[in-house]
Amino acid sequence: MKERLDDQTMALRVAKEFKNGMVVNLGFGIPTLASNYIVEENEIVIQSENGVLGIGRTAVTEEEQDFHLVNASGQFATPLPGMCFFDHAESFTMIRGGHIDLCVLGGLQVSEKGDLANWLIPGREPGSIGGGMDLAFGAARLVIVMTHTTKDNQPKILYKCNYELTAPQVVDLIITDIAVIEVTPDGLVLKETAPGWTPEEIQALTEPKLKISPDLKMMEL
Amino acid sequence: MINKVINSFDEAVADVFDGAVILIGGFGPANGTPSYLMRALEKQGAKNLTIVCNTPGGGRPAPPKPGAPPPPPMFRKMPKNVDNAGILIQNNQVKKAICSFPGQAMPGTGSALHDRLRAGLLEVEVTGQGTLAERIRAAKAGIPAFYTATGPGTRLEKGKEVREFNGRKYLLEYAIKADFAFVRAYKGDRRGNLIYQGTSRNFNATMAGAAKVTIAEIDELVELGELGPEIIVTPGIYVNRVVPRPKD
Repeated sequence: MKERLDDQTMALRVAKEFKNGMVVNLGFGIPTLASNYIVEENEIVIQSENGVLGIGRTAVTEEEQDFHLVNASGQFATPLPGMCFFDHAESFTMIRGGHIDLCVLGGLQVSEKGDLANWLIPGREPGSIGGGMDLAFGAARLVIVMTHTTKDNQPKILYKCNYELTAPQVVDLIITDIAVIEVTPDGLVLKETAPGWTPEEIQALTEPKLKISPDLKMMEL
Repeated sequence: MINKVINSFDEAVADVFDGAVILIGGFGPANGTPSYLMRALEKQGAKNLTIVCNTPGGGRPAPPKPGAPPPPPMFRKMPKNVDNAGILIQNNQVKKAICSFPGQAMPGTGSALHDRLRAGLLEVEVTGQGTLAERIRAAKAGIPAFYTATGPGTRLEKGKEVREFNGRKYLLEYAIKADFAFVRAYKGDRRGNLIYQGTSRNFNATMAGAAKVTIAEIDELVELGELGPEIIVTPGIYVNRVVPRPKD
């Protein structure tokens, strides 16, 4: 089997989407890892749904662990100058009111039209929505980071999601372990390939037809 | 003199009645959870409760069977002396849970919520976290219902009024009318003014004042005037009872 990007490398690619001054919300898993790859020239304000703006990377040492400073995944975070706290109503006023520039979430399935499914695996009722649905509907730009296929190598990028939707037509960009794909009104556009992967190989693992970007390049990491 | 301080958790929850709707603060099992109030309610025994909280939690882990291998280490580190709302489900006091993140536990893995849901003993309403927060805030503000952009085109649309404003679809969501709110705060005074620590504020400050009776479990009772007017997060009029925790 061909080599794919690991979680840390996908997180590194996610961090390239952060532009100076952005307010960014990072979901559970690989998105949260991306907070460790913010380049110093960029001042990014990270919002966490549990009521904090302006946290830094996740805690590493025992001394850094503070039960009163955790992120949405329940991990210990670290403080940065300018950080502020608020309650859940205020936090989701930010999220639902369109004050988040960029949100990165994990995904189970994404459709050709940018529909997202990420809260309920069939048979695993009642499912867990958390803040994901509000973020999917409310963030100005939504990036999904996920493995390109399921564990048994079936596509997760589909004509139509067959899991319960988190939100219809909301995804702007998909970053996977083999490709970067943009969702456009004309369909899915392959923008970047992982090292060693050809567009044909990526298409074979993707249900809808991919358009090839005229600027197609290898992922810069 | 106004004095809302009660020095007993048992006394503070004595009037919780069968069928009450209770808001419970906290985010995840660990942070800013009113553990003493929930333990007191477990002892008090009121039944057919509706609990409203972000993550009810799995309750207390079962004691290991003799000779069984040790359980796997916890996914996350926990603070000392914490219990989650799952203990009320384990004690069969809950008929309905309204929450946003009950977790994905498989049957038989020890989640009281999932096991009772499958057995038909518990109703679980899963809603988005922002809609949950806003339904609580609306009740506090005297707003009976509101339209939200979160949810059209998903399963959550089912049975709800959909209305279009400026070309975008919105769902009608109703305020949650609650009888009691259990919140956890850092410092409080006899009038019920509260401050919180870091991200432990979460749902606690949203819920304070959103029920007929708000009961605050606080780490430290301070003299009136000690909390500066610029830093008080929850104004005392939202709080009915203040109960200091014993030192951990």
